[in-house]
Amino acid sequence: MITFAKVIEQLYAVTAAWGIPWLVPTLVVMTIVVGVVVAYIAVAAMFLIWWERKISAHIQVRFGPMRVGGWHGWAQSIADGLKLLLKEDIIPARADKVVFVLAPMVVFAASLASYVTIPWAPGLIVRDLHIGVLYMVAISSLAVVGIIMAGWSSNNKYATLGAMRSAAQAVSYEVPLVLSILGPVMIAGTMRMGGLVEAQGGTWLGFLPRWYVFPQAVAFLVYFICALAECNRLPFDIPEAESELVAGFHVEYSGMRFAIFFLAEYANMFVVAAIATTLFLGGWHGPWIPIPGLPAEVVHGLFGLVWFQVKCYFLIFVMMWLRWTLNRLRVDQLMDFAWKVLLPIAFANLIITGLVLML
Amino acid sequence: MTLRLGIFYLMAAFTVWAAAIVVLGKNIVRAAVALIFSFCGMAALYVMLDAEFLAAVQVLIYVGGITILLLFAIMLTTRISSATARVINDQVVLSAIATIGLLAGLIYATTQGISALMGPPNLPETAPFLGRALLTTYALPFEAVSILLLAGMVGAIILARKD
Repeated sequence: MITFAKVIEQLYAVTAAWGIPWLVPTLVVMTIVVGVVVAYIAVAAMFLIWWERKISAHIQVRFGPMRVGGWHGWAQSIADGLKLLLKEDIIPARADKVVFVLAPMVVFAASLASYVTIPWAPGLIVRDLHIGVLYMVAISSLAVVGIIMAGWSSNNKYATLGAMRSAAQAVSYEVPLVLSILGPVMIAGTMRMGGLVEAQGGTWLGFLPRWYVFPQAVAFLVYFICALAECNRLPFDIPEAESELVAGFHVEYSGMRFAIFFLAEYANMFVVAAIATTLFLGGWHGPWIPIPGLPAEVVHGLFGLVWFQVKCYFLIFVMMWLRWTLNRLRVDQLMDFAWKVLLPIAFANLIITGLVLML
Repeated sequence: MTLRLGIFYLMAAFTVWAAAIVVLGKNIVRAAVALIFSFCGMAALYVMLDAEFLAAVQVLIYVGGITILLLFAIMLTTRISSATARVINDQVVLSAIATIGLLAGLIYATTQGISALMGPPNLPETAPFLGRALLTTYALPFEAVSILLLAGMVGAIILARKD
């Protein structure tokens, strides 16, 4: 099978034969990978922002953006991005400047680093780490640090309140989140993202796809709810609750720094959807047909790429759908729900899964 | 190996720099933020020792959990915008003795041939190995630690409850 790792190895072997020190190809590969991922995030985020506007508009029986670019306002996000780039960058006079400037970088770096272990298609994964899932969950929890830094350094009471709420929420929802991903990991017996997807190939009873969403439906629900909270999406958007906190932790941010927060939010949504797809929805698996004239492996890879995207964007659609359907929880309801409902369910699921696996 | 060594020194310097801000900084929130960076540097050192699982857990628990709780507590208790909060306590002499003792021990260990940066031990996957070890060979210490944590938790709840 052709895999990304093997291609890279070949490249290193070739350059080593030419006598180029291995640092040079490594840096070139790193730059290309980062470039591709950042480009993907930028395009995906712009598409998602436009999509979210359209979905919200249609849920509220409006049209949403219709003019910019012609067809259903497709260029609206590009216009917004350009506008944000040209805006003045304001740092409040009494703000802690170093932390204020650092905060958007931390948030974006956290979501960018998670893309390392996303299994896009068979063999197409930047690095299939031993600890794949754990790495992704750990790295994406760093975003909260950036949010707290932003909220505190702004020296604004709304921002600080948003940061505090974010801290409380993140600490509470991370516990059931980590417990819920353990179910699929226990069944598959691996934490590699690629291995998890491969374990879900084939069917049960001949017709049901071997996706872990069926035996681990409870874990999937727990994961999805916690993921919504991790992304600060409604009904868990108390860190930026517009009607109470103006805009929460990013009140004082303007121009490109604000745009980076916005970009990171959508990049994070995709990460969360990608973890859910990998763990529960069979990743790149899906029906595919051979195309004459092309090697079967390549066609399988292409279909896998498409299936992975379709599943991810479906989950993102559900997240948007929920955002424009549900209303916001109160802080105390939020905490009650995490500790008294989700956590016991996640533990019960873990124990039952373990029992079934042992018997 | 030279590049590995270079990265090691870079990450070690980063960790020590962040830790110095934690200890010497006047502003308590900045100190907490620096603590996060210090923990991240520690995680990088774990990765260099081929302990990826430990590195991920370090980031997940210490960065994603404990420091965030710490920041939360700081924001709840002190006037966060004031930079006048006392950050150095009275036990400077005691802690200085302990730190110097630890440093001496570490230097002695290094001169005896236990280097900080070892070659990768080439374990296939550390996570299953660790899990099995914790539940078979080291089950008793593992359970003892859990009971200790449980006792700590119960104590904290009793202290925090008003009635």
